[in-house]
Amino acid sequence: MAGAVAMRKPPTVVQATGATEEPTWVRRLLIGTALLFLGIFLFLPLLSVFSEAFSGGVGLYLESITQPDALAAIKLTLLVAAIAVPLNTIFGLCAAWAIGKFEFRGKQLLITLIDLPFAVSPVISGLIYVLLFGLQGRFGPWLRENDIQVIFTVTGIVLATIFVTFPFVARELIPLMEAQGNEEEQAARVLGASGWQTFWRVTLPNVRWGLLYGVILCNARAMGEFGAVSVVSGHIRGRTTTMPLQVEILYNEYNFVAAFAVATLLALLALVTLVAKSLIEWRTGHATDKGRGAQI
Amino acid sequence: MKSAFRQHTVLPGFGITLGVTIFYLSIIVLLPLGGLVLTTSTMGWGAFQETVLDSRVLAAFRLTFGASLAAALINAVFGSIVAWVLVRYRFPGKRVVDAMVDLPFALPTAVSGIALVTIFASNGMVGRWLDPLGIEVVYTWFGIVIALTLIGLPFVVRTLQPALEDLEAELEEAAASLGAGRIEIFRRVIMPTVLPALLTGFSMAFARAIGEYGSVIFIAGNMPMRTEIAPLLIVIKLEQYDYAGATAIAVVMLIVSFAMLLVINLLQWWSRRYQIKAGG
Amino acid sequence: MHTAPSRRVHPSLKIEIGRARPLRPLHTSGATTMIRHFRQFRWLALPAVMLLAGCGGGDGEGGAGEAAAGGDVTLLNVSYDPTRELYTEFNAAFTAHWLAQTGQTVTVEQSHAGSGSQARAVIDGLQADVVTLALAYDIDEIATRAQLIDPGWQQRLPNNSAPYTSTIVFLVRKGNPKAIRDWGDLIREDVEVITPNPKTSGGARWNYLAAWGYALRQPGGSEATAKDFVTRLFRNVPVLDSGARGATTTFVQRGMGDVLLAWENEAYLAVNELGPDQVEIVVPSVSILAEPPVAVVDSNVDKKGTRAVAEAYLQYLYSDEGQQIAARNYYRPRNEAIAAQHTAQFGNVTLFTIDEVFGGWQSAQRTHFADGAVFDQIYQPGA
Repeated sequence: MAGAVAMRKPPTVVQATGATEEPTWVRRLLIGTALLFLGIFLFLPLLSVFSEAFSGGVGLYLESITQPDALAAIKLTLLVAAIAVPLNTIFGLCAAWAIGKFEFRGKQLLITLIDLPFAVSPVISGLIYVLLFGLQGRFGPWLRENDIQVIFTVTGIVLATIFVTFPFVARELIPLMEAQGNEEEQAARVLGASGWQTFWRVTLPNVRWGLLYGVILCNARAMGEFGAVSVVSGHIRGRTTTMPLQVEILYNEYNFVAAFAVATLLALLALVTLVAKSLIEWRTGHATDKGRGAQI
Repeated sequence: MKSAFRQHTVLPGFGITLGVTIFYLSIIVLLPLGGLVLTTSTMGWGAFQETVLDSRVLAAFRLTFGASLAAALINAVFGSIVAWVLVRYRFPGKRVVDAMVDLPFALPTAVSGIALVTIFASNGMVGRWLDPLGIEVVYTWFGIVIALTLIGLPFVVRTLQPALEDLEAELEEAAASLGAGRIEIFRRVIMPTVLPALLTGFSMAFARAIGEYGSVIFIAGNMPMRTEIAPLLIVIKLEQYDYAGATAIAVVMLIVSFAMLLVINLLQWWSRRYQIKAGG
Repeated sequence: MHTAPSRRVHPSLKIEIGRARPLRPLHTSGATTMIRHFRQFRWLALPAVMLLAGCGGGDGEGGAGEAAAGGDVTLLNVSYDPTRELYTEFNAAFTAHWLAQTGQTVTVEQSHAGSGSQARAVIDGLQADVVTLALAYDIDEIATRAQLIDPGWQQRLPNNSAPYTSTIVFLVRKGNPKAIRDWGDLIREDVEVITPNPKTSGGARWNYLAAWGYALRQPGGSEATAKDFVTRLFRNVPVLDSGARGATTTFVQRGMGDVLLAWENEAYLAVNELGPDQVEIVVPSVSILAEPPVAVVDSNVDKKGTRAVAEAYLQYLYSDEGQQIAARNYYRPRNEAIAAQHTAQFGNVTLFTIDEVFGGWQSAQRTHFADGAVFDQIYQPGA
């Protein structure tokens, strides 16, 4: 799945010349088709979110997003992301270090296992935790005896979110570290750096854009997760509803303006994510150009 | 652990990082998934078969896999066009369009869900044009396919773009100088080169679509036997206290997903080998 | 330990080491390695603390309830979809009342979703202090499957633990263009009916049973004719939402169908919120008496120490103020006097109960809604 999240060089235009060019009408047709397709599937939904949100005026919009339940949802979403993203980042760095810098048997299997959450439906992601920690689950009675609650609380939501966003950073860093090899690190070691210094001063700067990229994607997904959180949430208003859940609740309450208002916040998050992504790709385009001369 | 398991190297931290990786992987991913499989295994083979082959469940599978396939195909076709256009042509606003392709990746599924329902309802922006034509989108199979197309959109485009960018112009020029027409060049030079990437993107879009929940349940109608997707059926079975049934369906979906994952990894390995050979 | 190696050939680099300044040894003692490595994980500290705090927060939900009589108490009311407005108003009233009476501050948290879905959540560990659901069957499930509620719960409060009732009515387009007056009109060829899925929605089960009950009461009515009637009714259903609110949205917002089968209170709320100029209510000749029950979740309140407050909370639903609030939110109050004040608002309809016609919820569930039971038999959308 690396292809989907892998960073690309900034878009280049392949210069076609003469015999390798399509006739103009074909070009226009293709561009038109592409734009129409994207227009319906990307621009329209985005547009509709904003237009519905503001259909009651700016005052109503602001009121909707400052409702106590909405604010609680925003806080919870931020909290969950603040826990899930760093944990997955650390994991991603560890995994990429182990996989990218060393050779060992079973590497491919490990990579595939790390990829698993990508392929699991969000509903199943929530279900597995209910099966483990729910009252009727494997650890249920023990948890109840010890007065520990996992699902239907913030902890459960965090767990489900960690599961869903598990591979993002790792899958970003693994091919990057693999491609970069370990010569630089070995050179650093030979020159006397400790393991930690090697990592901090040699590896990290090399992968920093990939790391940032992965973190941004991980964050976007963590804040936007719906299905998995819906199963483990308990829908307690003002306590265990995240922003996507709040959108659903408002929508079901016929409060369409408020639903779309909260949705605009999520849409803005998505747009910021896209902008950050583009900036990083732009920067790495420059970075690799400069670096190319210095590398092999 | 050292010499047979891995090559000896001077870099430290292998033990600890591998340890953390496996530990984290186990408690977050493997243990819960294992719990799921374990719960299903207590059902017994007979009960498992009965649950999974029940007509409502089969209908849900048919719908989920069928609609996902359709959506992935649509994405393969239109995604290719989009990728081609973005790599080969210039037009105003191209940068913005290129960045926007990733929107479904970043946008929460619930938001896409309600946005699509609003657009395609009979009084919506697109729906009002389709309604007089008798085309119903909301609460039909068509609506499900549209939702799944949206969320799979970036996969094909993003896997094709690097492949197209890496195409060497010399190959096309050589073919042209040898007398090949544009279509022939496309068919014989370009397509085979990007085919692995296209297949990879297609598989990813498919794998993503079969598990999708949030963006589909708003637009789907959720009628059993007709517009009920498999993930929803899992939730419904859960609410009927049929834990074993829910896990049975989940296990089937997991098996399919895992298989897709293997296919995708193989395709990526194939395309990387191909590129190494081609690029040198 | 810190010996500078003098002459060694590095295995993979295949160069001589020893010319450079002394290396830190590559193989240190286990302890030193561990200590060094632990420093790397100081970054884990913050998220780990937050995670544990989250766990603590989870406990805190129950912990708050353990406060002694003088402290603050939090109750969790797990309810079904249409009662949002009702309990917003009621909770405010109860909080004020309790504060005045005992000086204790109560915060009532609400959770709303489909009735069956909520029951399942409580069974799976959602720490409800009270449940206020759509059907007795759902609360029975909590009692039998998870033993969280004592059996015989329904007799602990008056009126079968249902402080208010409702019934099933029709919501039609303004002006009633299809002239839908009674259940019999629902099986006409030109009528499309919107109802949620009885397998997932408590309200939909009441709808189904009301239709069945009507058919039984017709001249020559029998189980067979009732089954035929309901079959034909469901043939007119184009879409089955999983919940009552979804169905209402489908009918009003999406403009599908000619008639919506709905809870009475839902219908009134829809008229108010979505436009009296869009829809109107038609009360059929006969309908079922829907008794949405309430109960204290014994196991949870005993564990949290909130029994006294929880029981008072439910009792307050039967008080005058509670009954007035119910009536204002279009629930039929049990209190005769208060009901009399609101007769204008509630249509006159002959009501039968589920016990009379179906022998109670357990029996109805088994006969009609279990897997392979009547509903599964009659609802063949492929056909």
